[in-house]
Amino acid sequence: MPPLRPQVTGASIRLQVTGARKQFPGVLALDGVSITLAVGEVLAVVGENGAGKSTLMKIVAGVYDSDAGEIQLDGQPVRFKTPGEAIRAGVSLIHQELNLAENLTVTDNLFLGRELTTGGGLRILNRREMSARASELLSRVGLPASRAFARVETLPPGEKQLVEVARALGMDVRVLIMDEPTSSLTQKETERLYEVIDALKSTGVSILYISHRLAEVKRVADRVCVLRDGRNAGELAKADITHDNMVRFMVGRDLKQFYPKVHRKGVGGAPVLSARELLFRGGPTTPASFEVRSGEILGMAGLVGAGRTELSEAIFGVRHITGGEILLDGKPLRVRSPRDAIAAGILLVPEDRRLHGLVLPESVGFNLSLPSLDRLASWFGVRVGAERELHRDWIARLRVKTPSSAQPAALLSGGNQQKVVYGKWLARNPKVLILDEPTRGVDVGAKAEIYALIDELAGRGVAVWMITSDMEELLGMADRVVVMHEGHIAGELSGETLTEEAVMQLATGGKRT
Amino acid sequence: MTRILGVLGLLIVLYALLIESNPAAGSSRNLMYVANIQGRYGVVTLAAALVIIVGGIDLSIGSVVGCSAVMFGVLMEEGVHPFAAVGWTLLFGVQVGLVNGLLITKLRLQPFLVTLCGMFIYRGEARLIGGVVSPAQVIDEHPHFEHSLNTLTYLLIGKNEKGALVFPAMFILLLVLAVVIGFFLHRTAYGRYWYAIGHNELAAKYAGVNVDRQRTIVYVICSMLASLGGILLFLDSSTIQADSAGAGLELYAILGAVLGGCSLRGGEGTAIGMVLGAMVLPVLETLVSFRGLKNNVIPAVIGLTLLVGTIVDELIRRRSRVHR
Ligand SMILES: Nc1ncnc2c1ncn2[C@@H]1O[C@H](COP(=O)(O)OP(=O)(O)OP(=O)(O)O)[C@@H](O)[C@H]1O
Ligand SMILES: [Mg+2]
Repeated sequence: MPPLRPQVTGASIRLQVTGARKQFPGVLALDGVSITLAVGEVLAVVGENGAGKSTLMKIVAGVYDSDAGEIQLDGQPVRFKTPGEAIRAGVSLIHQELNLAENLTVTDNLFLGRELTTGGGLRILNRREMSARASELLSRVGLPASRAFARVETLPPGEKQLVEVARALGMDVRVLIMDEPTSSLTQKETERLYEVIDALKSTGVSILYISHRLAEVKRVADRVCVLRDGRNAGELAKADITHDNMVRFMVGRDLKQFYPKVHRKGVGGAPVLSARELLFRGGPTTPASFEVRSGEILGMAGLVGAGRTELSEAIFGVRHITGGEILLDGKPLRVRSPRDAIAAGILLVPEDRRLHGLVLPESVGFNLSLPSLDRLASWFGVRVGAERELHRDWIARLRVKTPSSAQPAALLSGGNQQKVVYGKWLARNPKVLILDEPTRGVDVGAKAEIYALIDELAGRGVAVWMITSDMEELLGMADRVVVMHEGHIAGELSGETLTEEAVMQLATGGKRT
Repeated sequence: MTRILGVLGLLIVLYALLIESNPAAGSSRNLMYVANIQGRYGVVTLAAALVIIVGGIDLSIGSVVGCSAVMFGVLMEEGVHPFAAVGWTLLFGVQVGLVNGLLITKLRLQPFLVTLCGMFIYRGEARLIGGVVSPAQVIDEHPHFEHSLNTLTYLLIGKNEKGALVFPAMFILLLVLAVVIGFFLHRTAYGRYWYAIGHNELAAKYAGVNVDRQRTIVYVICSMLASLGGILLFLDSSTIQADSAGAGLELYAILGAVLGGCSLRGGEGTAIGMVLGAMVLPVLETLVSFRGLKNNVIPAVIGLTLLVGTIVDELIRRRSRVHR
């Protein structure tokens, strides 16, 4: 067992949080958490979904007020009432959910709230100065200067995330908080972010880094602080940061069989879903052909923006199909809307849960029942008993951390929202299950459970089509892998040929060797 | 951009139809007359549009216009000098906006509800403080106000002491106001905040913007413009009826704003668009009357034209999105 809570020594202390407590209605999110952050240090904060990581960060950054506890910044006690106050004091937070004004340009967003202006109280924008500074900031995160004038909504998710980082760079930061900054970044962009972090460190900026990707934590963190159920569960010094140590603290037990292959036979059966020379509106000009077999997990790899999501949307009936055909169990299937797809047994768990996956203001239970209402309905309305059973069942099976099924989905932590999206669709017994980035923002414990669930479903004969950018997940779970590159299918890998190098090569447009 | 071209096209078509319908319709006198009405609509359209940009809505505009018109008249009847009465009436607008803004930001009430209540309250207030007011009545009671009142009418409405329209002062006023508002919207930090708040309030809040204060400021500007609209209405009318003056104007204002490119979802809209959007309805109304259609078909014609306009606009936008 590694030593508990090593003290910060040598370097001076930048930020100290002692005994932070936060009670939400029905949830004690933080129960006396303390952290210490040295000057120029990267402290990774890890923990299961709902452990209180984001809440702690929001308290430090002035988004929430804590019920108890104390914060010291460079030795001075502080208590920020608004994010603005925190920013002016040098504490910036990059949120877990993107927070950009998408109708404005990149430059506007970079300077939102601290525009460079002339004319005193009139605050006339000094555009020349801002675009000059903007291109400098963008180059620091590896984005081309031309992006400065683009409206944010036209950027791919990865670039949006980098814009948020660039924005934080533009402020005079002392403490930079990143809440799952890499969840929508490509490999290359992630590397770029590491470089930015290293550069910031060397100028004395302290960084709080939240991530569920433990490999990443190992790469960037100087120290790790583990939270569990709103309390400090332990700390790891640089030398002790290993996957197993972190997991042990996070879940309080060892995880075996992270990528289970218990129920599957390893080779798929008959093709369930096949796409033949498929073309769709807004898609690439090269037709796509592939198939998903019963009882297998087909992994679909590619860089962010390779067109995997678009392809899945076409098959799910969101995008208009303009050529080719879809076969289900060998018979042609017409999919004109998601309704048709769902009726045929094709289900999609979407990439962006806030946008497509959940009705956020409604309760967890409401969301879980939504796709299954036809089966829960009777002549006398929804059968209350059956519905309650369904809620209890899935909240328990996925270990969704929520005070009750009546809690609004918007108030769950990010990873728990993802679990609700799962429960919602799995409750329907699909024939083909399309998973788009199935474990983004999900903690290790829940990941293991989701993997077990996927394995079990495949074992029951469900054809699983899993789109993922997480290489570990791809290699660990998929029986067969189709790689996409710039809108077309670049190749297929399985068994012996399925290696990380082969996937990367195809994904970046290289030839198969 | 496509939105501005859209309304511009619509306006050109409407003007062409108008001029072609009747030589009198195309006369510079008539066009000036139409322009003046456009100016008066435009002032309240700017008001509605600003609130829409920050993601809100103001249904009290029409009642505030009516109440301000009545208040302006009553103040002068009570012996307040016309220039001072302008000040007091605008102050009333500020107070209305402040109340709306604070209820919406501090108590987190929905803009729709707050301003719907305002719509009834200020209409009621107008009826309480006076039934019928008119410039003539004011001059009757206070003959020494005549000169000041005439000056105001000349400057703001463009009518001489005989009541003849000399120049479209209200249109010029609209242009001046649009330039000022456009300056704030497009050239200053405040405008950035308003767009950001309208599109994603959290983004603005987390960027350190004082969202509540900015929202309140916008509601204050909006109601103040509505009060100005009331003053214009008083000066431009022979009589003002407390129970009907300005009624329904908020809907015209919202329509103008939307035609001009404001999205009811917030965060979208330009000053030029607002002016162009405000210009549509008065031309349409004049066109209908010059075509010899009965007055009572006007609402239906307006509704239909706008619906068609909206559909065409949406189709154009969809197309441009696909091709991006
Ligand atoms: N505004 C809120 N109202 C009520 N409950 C909340 C609110 N915000 C968070 N919670 C609850 O507080 C707990 C901690 O949430 P938090 O977002 O800090 O978790 P997290 O560690 O960031 O998880 P994740 O890894 O999933 O992002 C969760 O149970 C969550 O449901
Ligand atoms: Mg979180």
